[in-house]
This record gives sequence, structure tokens and C-alpha cells, in this order.
Amino acid sequence: MSDTHARSVAFVRKEEIPPAPPPASQAGVVMWLRENLFSNWFNSILTVLGILAVYYLVIWLTPWLANGVWDADSLSECREILDGTRGACFAVLTERWNQLLFGFGYPSDAYWRPALAFVLLFGAVAPILFSDLPRRLLILTALYPFVAYWLIWGGTIVVPIVAILGFVAGYVAYSQVVDRSFAGGALAGIAAAAVVWWLGGFISDEASGFLALSEVPSRDMGGFMLNMILGTVCVSLSLPIGIVLALGRQSKLPIIKGFCVVFIEFVRGVPLITLLFVANVVLAYFLPPGSNFDLILRVIIMITMFASAYIAEVIRGGLAALPRGQYEAADSLGLDYAQAMRLIILPQALKISIPGIVNVAVGLFKDTTLVSIISMFDLVGLIRGPILASTDWNGVYWELWGFAALLFFVICYGISQYSQWLERRLTTDQR
Amino acid sequence: MTAVTDAPKQSFQLSMLINDTRYRGLTFQFIALVLLVFAIGYLVNNLITNLDDQGVVLSYEFLGQPAGYDINQTLVPYTSQSTHLRAAVVGVLNTLLVAFLACATATVLGVFAGVLRLSKNWLIAKLMAIYVEAFRNVPVLIWIIIINTIVTILPAPAAYRARGDTPADLELLFGGIAFTNRAVYVPAPVWGPGSGIVVAVFLLSIAAIFFLRRYATKQLYDHGRVVPTLWPSIGIFFLPTLLIFFLLGRPIGLDVPTIERFNFDGGLQIQRPLIALWLALSVYTGAFIAENVRAGILAVSKGQTEASAALGLRPGRIMSLVILPQALRVIIPPMISHYLNITKNSSLAIAVGYADITATLGGITLNQTGRAIECILLLMLFYLTISLSISAVMNVYNNSVRLKER
Amino acid sequence: MALTEEMNVDTSQMQISDEVAISINNMNKWYGAFHVLRDIDLTVYRGERIVICGPSGSGKSTLIRCINALEEHQQGSIEVDGTILSSDLKNIDKIRSEVGMVFQHFNLFPHLTILENCTLAPIWVRKTPKKEAEETAMHFLRKVKIPEQADKYPGQLSGGQQQRVAIARSLCMRPRIMLFDEPTSALDPEMIKEVLDTMIELAEEGMTMLCVTHEMGFARQVANRVIFMDEGQIVEQNEPEEFFKNPQNDRTKLFLSQILGH
Repeated sequence: MSDTHARSVAFVRKEEIPPAPPPASQAGVVMWLRENLFSNWFNSILTVLGILAVYYLVIWLTPWLANGVWDADSLSECREILDGTRGACFAVLTERWNQLLFGFGYPSDAYWRPALAFVLLFGAVAPILFSDLPRRLLILTALYPFVAYWLIWGGTIVVPIVAILGFVAGYVAYSQVVDRSFAGGALAGIAAAAVVWWLGGFISDEASGFLALSEVPSRDMGGFMLNMILGTVCVSLSLPIGIVLALGRQSKLPIIKGFCVVFIEFVRGVPLITLLFVANVVLAYFLPPGSNFDLILRVIIMITMFASAYIAEVIRGGLAALPRGQYEAADSLGLDYAQAMRLIILPQALKISIPGIVNVAVGLFKDTTLVSIISMFDLVGLIRGPILASTDWNGVYWELWGFAALLFFVICYGISQYSQWLERRLTTDQR
Repeated sequence: MTAVTDAPKQSFQLSMLINDTRYRGLTFQFIALVLLVFAIGYLVNNLITNLDDQGVVLSYEFLGQPAGYDINQTLVPYTSQSTHLRAAVVGVLNTLLVAFLACATATVLGVFAGVLRLSKNWLIAKLMAIYVEAFRNVPVLIWIIIINTIVTILPAPAAYRARGDTPADLELLFGGIAFTNRAVYVPAPVWGPGSGIVVAVFLLSIAAIFFLRRYATKQLYDHGRVVPTLWPSIGIFFLPTLLIFFLLGRPIGLDVPTIERFNFDGGLQIQRPLIALWLALSVYTGAFIAENVRAGILAVSKGQTEASAALGLRPGRIMSLVILPQALRVIIPPMISHYLNITKNSSLAIAVGYADITATLGGITLNQTGRAIECILLLMLFYLTISLSISAVMNVYNNSVRLKER
Repeated sequence: MALTEEMNVDTSQMQISDEVAISINNMNKWYGAFHVLRDIDLTVYRGERIVICGPSGSGKSTLIRCINALEEHQQGSIEVDGTILSSDLKNIDKIRSEVGMVFQHFNLFPHLTILENCTLAPIWVRKTPKKEAEETAMHFLRKVKIPEQADKYPGQLSGGQQQRVAIARSLCMRPRIMLFDEPTSALDPEMIKEVLDTMIELAEEGMTMLCVTHEMGFARQVANRVIFMDEGQIVEQNEPEEFFKNPQNDRTKLFLSQILGH
């Protein structure tokens, strides 16, 4: 019988086994190093190479940064101060910071205005970017363009107020009529806005001194401010156009669809620089004779066209990602096309598209540097032109380009981190 | 698209244009068409008035006139006496050259960086992440200028010249390659008689490797026999070509650049602007490709690896039979659109003085002749042709690899 | 399937009048060259509860989607509540507001709360004041027994709850006819009952219902007529008792033996 007992499979644990620390090779710094850096010979070689690369970079950069001269009037003065030691000449940044940021034409006593507009931008964008904030804050976003225009370009406050009133009147008229027909509402809105703007034109001519900031012409916009202006204006204008194009491309009507496809594919098929050439030398031919659009406006038109084609493609992706059942449910409830799009389809499609739109926006913001090629003085244009060409600072490449790269990096990296955060949130949201 | 219903026959009423699904679409399209025609008519009318005012007539005659400017890097014979058309052709070829070179290096760089970013090696993964983020978040124009500046601080060609008894400051790398701030000089191949045979043998051996692999697969499928391929492939790649090369008495020679008084002579010169643009486009786009490669690999779920391992496949086979085919579906479409981006971004050549199509046709030719509309139209047409042909290729690829699903 | 399972159905209100609710005459539909619906003739009287069954691909879903103009038919006529379904948008709108539809995959709007899902169409299509629409919505949510979920989003609900919301959403438009397109096919078994109970309740109140389903217990208990479709045609229709006990057509027999026999 003892035999059977020994073979019995029945088992009951009497005492718990306490958890024990792992063997030394499985824990602590040693294990981390082995697992992460020296798991095999190939990895070890990579690690050594990596450490060497970082080492040389640090050895090379540290004295350059540490010996940096922040206070001098020219490169030669920098060199005198450095006295043969290796070091950066950051003095160019301290001396020319105002040009780098605002361009050399913007009146220096008005620097606070674009700076304030820049700070306000965060407040305006926040309600769009973070859907947890109360929806009522969106009114700040709606007001921002007018305030920013007034701050940056100056002039009487009556102009932006009239513009706002026009939009308000348009909206009121629209919401009165939209119950009957969307198209009618849109027409009524446009008509009401036009009337208000027309009337307002007289008032603002009369009251040109009322609460007026000194006017700054467009050609004086420059530096990083110009990049910011082009980026924000073109992205915000291209959003509605992109939505319309995307809807048009999804349409069943061949003429409308065909037009949208041709437009989108054309714009996406040519480099931005050719469109900027168009803005620079060709667009004027297509505008009414005698009209005088300044270059910044023509550039805004072309960049907006460019961006809206890309945004349209992103939104088309979002539209295509919606299940067909959503369209059918809207149909079966009796919603018409405008209602179904506005209430059901677009809110969902736009939400999916936000990360893609943000990527387009980042790309576009980077591409605003291309205006330097048609000799506008944005950040890159200023460095390449006036600053590097000046006798004082001829040859200060690294400090200036490093600064420009850093400015763009901070903003673009920030936005792309936001977009990744949003993407993670979207994937966890959808259950 | 409209339904033919047997509804009671109604006489046509005007309200049906809006309310009837059969006509509604037509109505909207008609309105859209009218608006479009008006818009285009307005623009064309402006154009004609403006041209009239300036007394200009659109014409492409200028393409036949001598260009009158020099281009330092050309793939086809060109002098300043050549026509504007010839200059445009040089530009087109230069665009294609830099785009091709940059696509190749960006792919290599991107694949390495993307794979290494997923490496378990903490340090390498972090370094690659820094590379990717640094290049993705700074405008390509700034990178082109920065890299152009880096290339500019290379030594002048004179540094390679010995002055009297003092030896040169720098030696040619491998006895034939010189990096200078003007250009990179590399030995150029000289095709002697019989070199065609060597090239032919080389091509044949590549074909032979291909057939060997086909044969090996067929043997495996038909008879379950494993035919070794790795070492035979390497053998076929090198041996026949080398054998015929030496048998024919080394028909392919090298023209090594030599230093003259101020500059190098002979060899193949790759001008600085090309180098700067090539490098900048490569590292910039490489960062984007790295992200795609990483996403592609991550997109293949871990379950696929585990399932193939559970079937007893070895890691190499898992990679080539299961993971790669799936990852490539994800990687290739964005990769192609990055190639397209390289081509479009190569138009920034104008910033470093590389004579691509934008710099010749859209730059100097435009400025000399003042034919803005004509030049830019041609320029856009060129890029559009390239973009549309690449998208056509991409569509074919997408259709061929689309997963068969219900 | 649970043919023998008894459901408590109160038939007192379930009266069929002589008034025609839907009449389909000689209707044909093609998808390209594929003839999906062939010579469909069907008259539905007010108060009828019709179950349509048949193998997959037999055209039963397409048939009820045609009634709601989600699909266009190419020949024949469909008349709903005296309105002829033509290409006139006004008629389509009228019919859609008379006819409620419940889908297999619920098709709730995931970006709106349950309450907003239910009030959307009344506010925008019927122009009901918001407050009134919300009261109606709460009434129907109570009816489908999930008033407490009104402020949640569809993604937070179980499949059965979502389908009940979908039914409530249709009811908020006060339809006179309800179409059900396989309402329980996408549900886990334990959730089927709660949806069927809701549908039974609707039937007890005298709602005219057309229901594509494979729930034969429901067909037997609730339906007054069962229609069997195959290859785009109505093959057989009868009262449930007769239909299940005594199928005439061979294809019906085969189908019933596959779906019922184990």
C-alpha cells in the first residue's frame, strides 16, 4: 500500500513559499546593463560606438557652449574676447534678437503687440486642442483672429469690430432661415454679413482714429513672427476649405467630384516652391488689372491652397473610416445631407482626423520657411540675407542656424507630442 | 444612378429640379459648373487684359534661344551657348539624379534607424529617437543650409597639393578620393575594350543567383529537399565576374583624380551643392522613413511571431516568410510618398545653387527671359508628371498587395 | 433555436385592421447585373407583425431597406401609408418620418449621448422644441428600461442596451411602421432576450412591424405572418402555426430543418 501512497497525485500545500530575491545576475544595475546594453556582441559594439559618438559630441560642444560670448558688437569683437579659445559667439543673438523675432521693419516700440498676440494664441487654441475644457471658451477662439489682426497690423479697432459684427449678423440671419433650408440659410447669412460690412466700411472710414494702434504695413512683417503668422493664418483658413474639398471628393456628383480631385491632385503634385513662384510672379496676372495685393496676401492665398489640399486628404481618410451604418442611420431618421454631415458625419470624422491635421499643420509651419526663397524676410530669409551679409556678423553660421533650428524644434516637437497624446487618447476612447 | 420608378406619370415641374433625386444632382452640378466657368472666365479675362496692357504674348519661342549661363554640374553636354530648352533638360536630369541618390540613401538610413530604434539596446534606441525627432521637427530648408555650411568648411582642394618639398596637408583617401569644399572627387571608371563582356557576365551571374533561388524553392515545394543557397550565391556573385575580368586583362580601369595647380583634374567630380542637397534630403527624409519602418514592424502583432514560432519556424524564416511580407504592406505606401516628397523637396536646390529644374527653368531662365507664366507652367507640368506616375505605380502596388477580405 | 421556449405575449391589443400600411407591387431590383429582388408583391395591413426569414443573400434585408429608400428599386412600386416612394425627396422624407428602422449593428451615433441620439432627429427633422423632444426621449428610454443611461455614450453600453436605445431612437420619431433588420444577430445570446422583450412589448401595443430575423420563437409567438424568401423571391408565406408545422415548398422545408433541426 505504501507504493500507492508514494504514487498518489493528490497534494495539499501546508505552508506558503515566501517570495525570494532573484539571483544577483537577474537584478539591479548589472542586469539592466546586460539586458539593455551588452546582451550580445553586436549590441556591445553598438553600445561602445554610441558612447563614443556621444563622448565626442560632448567634448566638442561643451567648450563651444561654455565659452560662448553673449556680449559683443561684431564677430571680430567676439574673436578678440575669445582670444583664440574655441567658443560660440551668441552675441549675434543678443544683438539681433529683435530682428530674428520680428523682422527689421517692425517698429520696436510696438514689439509688445505681436508678443501679446502670440501669448493670446495659446488661449485661443487651447479650447480646440483640449476637449475637456468648457465649450464656451470656443468664443475666445472665434474672437482671436480679430484681436490678433488688430494687435499685429494696428489701425482702428472699429475695423475688427465691424468684421465681428458682420459675422454675428450673418450667423443670426443664417440661424433664422436654416430651419427651412440649409442653402437658403447660407445665402441669407452671406447677404446679412455683406450688408453689415458694407455699412461698417463707412463707419470705420469716419472713425479711423478711434482706439487706433499705429498701423504697420504687411511688408514690415518679418522674422519668426512672419513664420508664425503664415502658419496660423494658412492652417486656420485651409481647414474649412479642406473640409469642403474632402466632402466634394466623396460626392457622387461627377462634376463636383472631378473638380475636387483635379484640384487636390494638382496641388499635391507640385512642390510648394512652384506655388510660391506663382504667388510671386504669376498670380498678379490673374487678378483684376490695377488691383494691388501685397506679396504677403498672395503668399497666404497660395499656401492656403496648398495646405487645404493636404488637409482634404486627411479628412477624406477620416470620412472613409466611418462605418456606412452611420450614413444609413442618419438617412433612415430623415436627416438631409447638410444635417447628416453637420450633426453626424463631420463631428466624428474630424475627431479621427485631428492627429493627421496636426501633422499637416506642423509640416506646413516648417514649410513657411520657403518664403525666404522668394526673398521674403522670414526667420531663414533674415539670417541668410541681412544678418549673415552684414559686415559685423558675416560668418556666424552655427549660432544663428542653431537658434533657428531650436525655435522650430521647440514648437514642432511640442505640437507633435500633443498629437501623439491625442492619438493615444483616441485609441483608448473608442471601446 | 437614378431610379426608374413606375410612379404615376407626373408632368415635369420646376420644383422637381430641387426636390427630385433624379434631377437634384444635375441641378447642383449645373450650378457648380456655371460658377466654375464664371470663375475661370474671370481669371482668364484678367489674364488677357493684363497681358494686353503689358503688350506680352504667351509663347515658348524663348526655349530655342541660347541660354547664356553656365551650369557646373551636368549629365549631358552643355555650354552657355546651348538653348534654354537644353538648360531645362539638364535641370530635369539633375533633379532626377539628386532625387534618385537621396531616395537610395534615405531608404538605407531610414531602415537602419527605424530598426535600431526598436532595438533592445537602450542607448542606441535613444540616440535613434533623438535623430528622428531632431530631423523631423526642423524645416528641411534649414537642414539643407546647415549641411551646405558643413560641407563648405571642408578643406580647399589646395590642401591636397604638395608645395615643393613640403608634403600635402591631406592625403587622398584610398589614394583616389578627395573631399574638398568645392566638390568630392572620386575615381571614374574607364571602359576599355572588352568591358562590355565583364558587365554582361556580371549581369548573367545575378540572373543565375535568381534562378538558383527559384530552383531551390521549387525543390523544396516538389521534393521537400533543401538546396543550400547562401554560399553558392556569394560564389556566383563574385567568381565568374572576377575570373573574366582578369582573363581579359582588366578591361575596366580607373581614372584617378590628380591634383593640379589649384584644382583636381580627372576622376568623377561631385559638386558641393549636389553633395549638400543629397545629404540633407537623405538625413531629413531618412528620419521620416525610420518612423514608417518602425510603425510597420510594430504593426505586425506579436501574435504572428509567436504563432510562427509555435509552428516551429526559425527566426530567420519567421522574418522572411511572415513578418516582412506583412510589414512591407504597411511600410511601402508611405515610403513611396516619401520618395515623392524627396523629389518635390529637391526643388529647394535653388537655396544651395544646385542646378535642378527649379533653379534653371524656374530661376535663371525665368529671370533672363521674363517668361514667368510659361516657365512656371512647364515647371509644374514636370513635377505633376512625376507625381502622377509615382502615384500610378503606388496604386498598382496597393491593389496587388491588398489583403483579400470580405 | 428556442422554438419551444414560451414567451408571455399579451395579444389583446394586437388587432389587424383593413387599412393598408405598405403595398409593394411587382418590385424588382438589381445590383449591377445581379437580380436581387424579383417580382416582389407584398401587402402589409396596419397592425400586422411580419417576420421575414430566409438564407443569407436571399434579399430579405434588401427588401426592407427598399421600403425605407435606403436602397433604390428599379421596377415596380412601393407605397407606404398612401405615399408612393418615388425619386421625389419630399416623398422620401415623408416615408422616412413614418417608418422607423433598427439595424443589425445598432448604428448609434458614438459622439452623442444616449439622450442626444434620441432627440437629434425630432429636433432637426420634426422641429420639435428641445425640451419636449427630451421628454419624449425619456419616455421611450423608460419604455425600453434604460432611462438611467441617458447621459452615457453608446460605447459605454452593452450590445443589448445599445440595440434597445436604437429602438427608442426610432420610436422618438413616432413612426407608424417599424422595420427591423436582423436586430439580434450581432448580440451575445444572453442579450437577445432583452431586445426581443422590447420588440414584443411594441407588438402588444399594436405597432406594424416588419422584422428580418432568425428568432423562430419570436416568429411563432408574435408574428401573424411569416414570409420565407430565397434567391430574391418570396417563396412561401403563411401563418406561423401552419408555416412551421406544414411547410409546402421544398426549399422552406430544407431551411426549416437546417435552422430548427439538430
